[in-house]
Amino acid sequence: MAKVVSMNEAVAQIKDGMTIMVGGFLSAGGPNEVLHAIAEAGIKDLTVICNDGGDPKRDHSLAELIHNGQVAHLWATHIGLNPEVGQKMNDGSMKVTLVPQGSMAEKIRAGGYGLGGVLTPTGLSTPVGEGAEDVGGAKKEVITIDGKEYLLERPLHADVALIYGSVADKYGNVKIHGDARNFNVVMAAAADTVICQADEIIEMMDPDEVLIQNVLVDYIVDGGNE
Amino acid sequence: MDKAMMKGYIAKRVAKEFKDGDFVNLGIGLPTMVPAYLPADVHVILQAEVGMSGQGGKPEVVDPNVVDAGGQPSSIAPGGAFIDSATSFGLIRGGHVDATVLGALQVDEKGNLANWIIPGKMVPGMGGAMDLCAGAKNVIVAMEHTQKGAPKILKECTLPLTTRTCVSKIITEMAVIEVTPEGLVMTEINPEFTVEQVQEATEATLIVSPDLKPIEE
Repeated sequence: MAKVVSMNEAVAQIKDGMTIMVGGFLSAGGPNEVLHAIAEAGIKDLTVICNDGGDPKRDHSLAELIHNGQVAHLWATHIGLNPEVGQKMNDGSMKVTLVPQGSMAEKIRAGGYGLGGVLTPTGLSTPVGEGAEDVGGAKKEVITIDGKEYLLERPLHADVALIYGSVADKYGNVKIHGDARNFNVVMAAAADTVICQADEIIEMMDPDEVLIQNVLVDYIVDGGNE
Repeated sequence: MDKAMMKGYIAKRVAKEFKDGDFVNLGIGLPTMVPAYLPADVHVILQAEVGMSGQGGKPEVVDPNVVDAGGQPSSIAPGGAFIDSATSFGLIRGGHVDATVLGALQVDEKGNLANWIIPGKMVPGMGGAMDLCAGAKNVIVAMEHTQKGAPKILKECTLPLTTRTCVSKIITEMAVIEVTPEGLVMTEINPEFTVEQVQEATEATLIVSPDLKPIEE
């Protein structure tokens, strides 16, 4: 069962050098208050797995951590809205691994659901296809099944996943309104520790409405956005 | 034609590709203009890879939890559903999306598409484009025929690919071109241009369909 904690207690779970998953898609569904607290705490050498590189036009987002140089390695699908990511990638101050968005979702799902990887046609004959660097420095392989080529995408797993919830209950169940659910759902299963920033914390929610089950969530922190 | 008219002309022709009930994903830019040109009896269901099966239009009241694939405020259409990223790309990769419409930097005669990176210049990331091109039943490229006069329809793409052999149709302000095993077949032409002019603006050799028609406005 999840524990409702203060922001300081939540951030204390994150150490220098950890791999963290960050839910959200550009402006929707990111645990932005937790990210801001991590920025203030100065935690560094992070490997971050997130859909994008944040949007610096917003007050609190992954963009702040990247700007501060706290991210050593970013796994993302799209970095176009944060020009600083491209700059840091080109000057070598941050490693960036680009992954197609659907493959990113499946790599995380595989990491959370006990699969050794997934086979996908996405990315074949592209710079992120055969021979491209994958998890742990492995090279991506092409595997042929019934005459059709697929790319093997290895699972992604993290020390901590930072997710967002519209509502969390005191049991740790989470529901998310709108398309803010995006990567939060798969990430909740793919990390040793899961911290959910919730807009609202209630006693108990209707089991029919639960999107992320309490067994996956370790800590809930009030995002103060209610 | 000025740029805006050209884009409208292309979007209007793309709109004729759909039938009522089609499940369609539209890329950024020109493709987002297509719904405005759909005939009154054709309603498509828009897929937004961020997590909507049934995306609506610009909202009257902004909800921070409902955005389009570019992160801009959006809405859900009547009958629509919110979905997580794995589900969204399951629909895309699984062949449930009838068509995707997107722009291109280069397309070639095998239907290879390059639209996500210019090495050393532009590295925005591929986002969902590679999955869409690998999974949608029809990949329609909607773009201006040339880039500042330089051909974009080539014998072979020189930029890194988004997806190999995925494009089914190319729609520009000059022509409608189908990708076939024999090569690129021009099936419709803008009456403002001659076949020779279209070929001159195209690096790949065009096969002129015996049933070549004017692009209907």
